[in-house]
Amino acid sequence: MQFFLDITLGGIATGMIVSAVALGLVLIFRATNVVNFAQGAMSMITTYIAYDVLRRGADYWLAFVVALAVGLVFGAITQSVLIRPVQGKSPLNAIIVTFGFLIFLEGLAGAIYGSTARNYPAPFSLSGQKLGGTQIAFSPFDLFVVVAVLVLMGLMLVVFRGTDLGLRMRAVAFAPEAARLLGVRVRPLLTLGWALAVAAGAMAALLVVPTSSLTPNFMDVILIYGFTAAVVGGLDSPVGALIGGLVTGLSLAYVGGYLGGSLEPMAALALVIVSLMVRPEGIFARPAARRV
Amino acid sequence: MAGLRSTVQALTAKRWFRLPRQPMLRHLSFAAVAAVALYFLTQWLSAFNDYEVGQIGFYAIALAGLTLLTGINGQISLGHGGFMAVGGFTYALLVEHTTWSLVPELLVAVGVSAVVGAVIGIPATRLRGPYLAGMTLMVALGLPYITNQYNSIFGGDQGLNTPPPTGPASVNPTEWLTWIQLLGALIVLVLLGNLVRSRFGRSFRAVRDDEIAASLTGIHVARTKVIAFMVSAGCAGLAGAFLALSAGGVNSAEFPLALSIYILAGVVLGGTGSLMGVWWGAIIIVYLPTQWSQSLASDFHANALVSANLAVIIFGLVLIVTMLVAPGGIQGGLRWLAAKGAAYLSSGGVSNMTLSLQEPTDRPVSDGESVRTTTK
Repeated sequence: MQFFLDITLGGIATGMIVSAVALGLVLIFRATNVVNFAQGAMSMITTYIAYDVLRRGADYWLAFVVALAVGLVFGAITQSVLIRPVQGKSPLNAIIVTFGFLIFLEGLAGAIYGSTARNYPAPFSLSGQKLGGTQIAFSPFDLFVVVAVLVLMGLMLVVFRGTDLGLRMRAVAFAPEAARLLGVRVRPLLTLGWALAVAAGAMAALLVVPTSSLTPNFMDVILIYGFTAAVVGGLDSPVGALIGGLVTGLSLAYVGGYLGGSLEPMAALALVIVSLMVRPEGIFARPAARRV
Repeated sequence: MAGLRSTVQALTAKRWFRLPRQPMLRHLSFAAVAAVALYFLTQWLSAFNDYEVGQIGFYAIALAGLTLLTGINGQISLGHGGFMAVGGFTYALLVEHTTWSLVPELLVAVGVSAVVGAVIGIPATRLRGPYLAGMTLMVALGLPYITNQYNSIFGGDQGLNTPPPTGPASVNPTEWLTWIQLLGALIVLVLLGNLVRSRFGRSFRAVRDDEIAASLTGIHVARTKVIAFMVSAGCAGLAGAFLALSAGGVNSAEFPLALSIYILAGVVLGGTGSLMGVWWGAIIIVYLPTQWSQSLASDFHANALVSANLAVIIFGLVLIVTMLVAPGGIQGGLRWLAAKGAAYLSSGGVSNMTLSLQEPTDRPVSDGESVRTTTK
């Protein structure tokens, strides 16, 4: 029972991180119909930059803010330089470009920093706490992870549901042509969508890295878990990203805890296959019609 | 210049040499010429170079499989390294537990990979681009590492041994393996070349161009997509078994994500949808990471980290730049040049032919014809 409880708590913490990655993927997919396979690698780069900032003696929170800010700029530049030219062409082109960017960035990080694993500090303790006499595997850092992702989700909700900017962004995602005709400037909004998504990914990476370690490919597996969560929840639903992230995090925790850690990626694949068989559009996605 | 043109025209007008019109005969005659040329090439090269030529052979097999899937059927796979792992491990397990000869072992490896391909391909029939790409990325990242979970079967980090096949005593073993790999590549390319020009190939392309229109003309879209996936995964499995033979053993580290990336980059660079283009891609996959990038790094006096990662960086750039600038790849570029040249020779100047490199077609482009395929 204790073991079950521990891996459940671990699964929730992982699930929240996975939700943040999924949110980044969903924001981009909604706006531009592209799954950004480079998202993990991009947030790996922002984490290395934060690491450099820390190494120069800066405070943890300054590095945190720097990573998010770099993520915003990085996302905007990537969208305007790499994605805009393939936008509207065969979806294969965009997939190949983001995939190429993924390995380009991993190679670049390897060339600059090498493949040695580095430790990234956590702002709070990583060890489990005593709660009413029993030791539980939920650290203050895990609590920070949950709160941080919930704050991120809340901010996104406020921006998208409560502001004029968010309304325009949703309009662009929903019907770009109609939005353009109604006077919405589509291009900067697509760029902004990418900027926000990459910043969300940058935050997710900062939440992963203390319990993993900083290497050029530490986000690879997290990215496919985020993709799993996005598919389970529906690729165009931010709420689905949160629920999908929790489902994915818990499933992986149970598989890893009871069957073995090397099976986790394949468990994610099985989850994707099952959820696509049962509900192809995801739990929360709006039903989509495909046009001839 | 005019004299040259008239000479060439006179030569081509006479038709002193005509390729067989029947695809099977045409492909077999190509393959026979290639086999003779490759035989002399391996004789002429040293043993180490033979080894690399054999690698070109099996990468060509994997690339041809992915070309069929992505270029001709329009489904993407970022995980062909995972299917190669299936083929390699199946072959190694057969070597360990049976006393069969090479060919049935290879055929079983192909069959098992094709079945795993079907497991991925069946849910994929309900999906479009990004979902399938993500699923296959999981195959690349996850499948090889299952073997780490079951050390007693797959030998853990050490992996399993695959001793090289023994040929006649007079033949150098490396050369013998190279011949087997090249022969395998030629057989696969002839078979795929015929498949692409058969009823199946036409339905593959019809499904790529418009699924709904294809199903209205009586094509079973889901079955067509699954068949394409199985053939493609089977090719990757054969390539994986050959990779195991080249390396002398298999373990999960031989099938990293980078392998899947190299294969995709090779297909894109060679020319998506072109079976001849796979040779360009295979040559680049074999020589770029080992030789070209090393010499490039030493030319620029780069440090060890840079030279170790240069190949990956270049492959990433290749994927991006090819997609942005020349989606037809090398073979698309050559075809474009050939079409320009033919137009120049026949009409005395470059005509107003418009030839899009967007989606290479598989048939020759005649003068003045505008080629445009639409995909959504």
